[in-house]
Amino acid sequence: MSELVELTVSESLKKLRNKEISAVELTQAYINKMQDNAKYNAYVTLNEEKALEQAKEADKRYQNGTNRPLEGIALGIKDLFCTKGLRTTACSHIIDNFIPQYESTVTQNLLDDGAVFLGKLNLDEFAMGGSNETSYFGPVVNPWSKETKLVAGGSSGGSAAAVAAKMCAAATGTDTGGSIREPAAFCGVTGIKPTYGRCSRYGIIAFASSLDQAGPICKDVADCALLLNSMAGYDAKDSTSSKVEVPDFSAFLGKDIKGLKVGIPNEYRIDGMNEEIVTYWDKAAEILKNAGAEIVSISLPHTKYALPTYYVIAPAEASSNLSRYDGVRYGNRVDGNGLDELYTNSRTSGFGKEVKRRILIGTYVLSAGYYDAYYLKAQKVRQLIKNDFDKAFEKCDVILTPTSPIEPFAIGDKKMLENPINMYLNDVFTVSVNLAGLPAMSLPIGLSKNGLPLGMQLIGKPFDEGTVFKTAYQLERGANFVRM
Amino acid sequence: MAEYIITTEKGKWEVICGLEIHCQIISKSKIFSGASTEFGDDVNENVSFVDAGMPGMLPTLNEECVHQAVKTGLGLNAVINKYSQFSRKNYFYADLPQGYQITQFEYPIVGEGAIDVDLSDGTSKTIRIERMHIEQDAAKSIHDMSPTKSFIDLNRAGVGLMEIVTKPDFRSPEEAGAFLKKLRSIVRYLGTCDGNMDEGSMRCDASISVRPLGSDELRPRAEVKNVNSVKFVMQAIEYEAKRQVELYEKGETIEQQTRQFDSVNGVTKFMRKKEFSDDYRYFPEPDLPPLILTDEFINKVKSELVELPDAKKARFVKDLGLTTYDATVICENKETADFFEKAAKGHDAKKVANWLMGDFFAMLNEKKKELKDSPVTAENLGALVELITTNVINGKTAKDVFAIMAETGENPEKIVEEKGLKQVTDTGAIEKLIDDLLATAADNVAAYRGGKVGLFGWFVGQVMKQSQGKANPQVVNELLKKKLG
Repeated sequence: MSELVELTVSESLKKLRNKEISAVELTQAYINKMQDNAKYNAYVTLNEEKALEQAKEADKRYQNGTNRPLEGIALGIKDLFCTKGLRTTACSHIIDNFIPQYESTVTQNLLDDGAVFLGKLNLDEFAMGGSNETSYFGPVVNPWSKETKLVAGGSSGGSAAAVAAKMCAAATGTDTGGSIREPAAFCGVTGIKPTYGRCSRYGIIAFASSLDQAGPICKDVADCALLLNSMAGYDAKDSTSSKVEVPDFSAFLGKDIKGLKVGIPNEYRIDGMNEEIVTYWDKAAEILKNAGAEIVSISLPHTKYALPTYYVIAPAEASSNLSRYDGVRYGNRVDGNGLDELYTNSRTSGFGKEVKRRILIGTYVLSAGYYDAYYLKAQKVRQLIKNDFDKAFEKCDVILTPTSPIEPFAIGDKKMLENPINMYLNDVFTVSVNLAGLPAMSLPIGLSKNGLPLGMQLIGKPFDEGTVFKTAYQLERGANFVRM
Repeated sequence: MAEYIITTEKGKWEVICGLEIHCQIISKSKIFSGASTEFGDDVNENVSFVDAGMPGMLPTLNEECVHQAVKTGLGLNAVINKYSQFSRKNYFYADLPQGYQITQFEYPIVGEGAIDVDLSDGTSKTIRIERMHIEQDAAKSIHDMSPTKSFIDLNRAGVGLMEIVTKPDFRSPEEAGAFLKKLRSIVRYLGTCDGNMDEGSMRCDASISVRPLGSDELRPRAEVKNVNSVKFVMQAIEYEAKRQVELYEKGETIEQQTRQFDSVNGVTKFMRKKEFSDDYRYFPEPDLPPLILTDEFINKVKSELVELPDAKKARFVKDLGLTTYDATVICENKETADFFEKAAKGHDAKKVANWLMGDFFAMLNEKKKELKDSPVTAENLGALVELITTNVINGKTAKDVFAIMAETGENPEKIVEEKGLKQVTDTGAIEKLIDDLLATAADNVAAYRGGKVGLFGWFVGQVMKQSQGKANPQVVNELLKKKLG
């Protein structure tokens, strides 16, 4: 039965439709794996009983022919998506007892397509982090770890680890500055952050509203297409969701990329980058070239401002978005003498260090006297970064970069913890994509000499996930990465 | 303009005042959620997950509120901004579930406008509007249910508000009062706000400062918050201006500050210094795209506009011959104006206006009834006036008929018919009454003819009495004059 968890979503669907396997046995196989691999700390809330019920329902539907696109596929859900009746915590103490009475649009879409939910996945507290170490429930352990326990990346560390360790067929993630792509790269799995507006943000606990976007983390590119087909779509409940039609992403898989122009940004060859990663980058370009693509050199001159811009805008929005966690209506409440003390006590004990740091940064950059110098300026630079991409896309159809400048590092790494800037630097290749609202995918390209997975990123034009998919499919085939 | 100058032994002072008015938008649901805006439902009943600031919830703009705001903007003769933007105003309070209020800051939906107000000395003045923006209301804190706890009712959280900001154009309490009444009248005409200040659906802040008469300096102002009646706003301005003058004349200075109005004692009280006020950290609301209005939309709203008080008033004066005063009173309230127009249709409008403002309102007052519940319909009031103008009944009988109408709701023709109250205009019948009277009252006839002309009224009264009030007084007068010589 254990080989069932090796199947991709597309393979599983085929077997389910052919009635070679049942949804219940498939779900049970994943539940067994979740128990075997509990040491990775990928799940924070389990939904096993309900999952088996859902699987039973799925089997009925396969029997009577009313099966839906993802019928019986067992998923893990990042604990940032509100799930009706199932505890949703954002991995923060401040709402660690919160049970939503509503379902996020994305998870509702998945449920409507027949998916089974195994449980809720670990993440950095409120998605603020790049290593999953800020989670109130402790860090996720990268399944690729050898002697030393390594980080799974963040913030969707639980999602990436669970997919890598076969604790679910696929998972949902969210990406504000790289939170799908970086953990996908660290765990040797594939994840896509679609164009801003593709997936509804309704019911996803907000970190930075203008940057947050949901997407899937899967075993391969084809699974990402299947999942995104279900997750994406206009939603009247999210005013920033887009009415642009959602194509069938699976239709792009295997399409020819002859003549496709792949851009390599000059500015991404930064100092101190892991040499192996540079080598793999060249290799990836070579694979695409062999598949018929043309490699072009492009310039994204404002790249160096992307991190500071991101670390002004994201905390600014976060400081406001997290104001609602005040202990008054739900969540952690520590009474005090009067309202101000109630706030102070509830928030002081409820939020972790990194979240507090970002609330402080955000509050500061929005303050009278600093707004123009920080927030307003960052918005202007954000526009310049967008313009950079617009210009680059006049020369190319898709952009190829590494996902992260480094390989997975040890949990509790001193250098990272001593100075948060070192941690922030890991986002250098991913944040500008969020600032510009573009779609981007990370997929594994190979292993480092330490035997750890490394990822490549493909960035597309707005609402052109199709090109990302067809390029990624070719790159995946050429890289021939062996999953864990 | 009626000058309002504070004169003391030491000098003369002028008042400078501007107003900010919050008007609750009339709409079925809240401005950023689908929850009902029904007033008076059980506490915390009309609350959506959005209103309660639950995790992951997002605002969506209610188009009805935008429609109402544009309508109001047009009613204020103001510029409608085709581009506007929502911002977050961040502060912590227990009645603010999100920890921020969604409002408009840099780019309001309505720009500059102006409305004219009429003053008691017969002049009028133009008050300039600085801007109007839309935003969400906070919840309601209830502090008097427990000695140690406060309670929150989220029903009001997220109800749409229009905040109207005037230029500092007021120079007297009277001007401010007249403006508020006019504004209330306009929003009620438009049906965009019910204007009930005592229920809090219209709330006013007044910024007040004084300066020596003739100077053009601007001195620090005091902002008096949340005053809840027109009268109190006028009192607050009067009190606050005098207070400031006294301080200045004592050689003291005034710092910019926030005050509250104590309506029991008619005074303003210190709340906080402005310099310690919160930093609201405004920034554009990332959950809502900018609000773009098309010409098509604005024109559609324009085409739905009702006739506003000023236009109606002018028409009543010009076409119906009302005095400016009568027209002003009648047009202040749309229901009254509509009632009047219905009653006056095809009848003597001036007479209808007199009846409406006289006996009719007195009757409503006495019966403690609203116009819409009046036992006398507009049609019947018009019919009554018609009976008078066509001499079917005289004025005195009309009052009796009206009293019956007020009791029974019956139409006046029927009452006159049934009670036989028709005026006697038949000269023969009246002549006979006069002849009988002159024959029996020879003494008085002689006295009158001897020069006691004051007796004429007595003769008229006697004839009217004999006719049981139904004789046409004009005919009686004429015939008596003739017969008495």
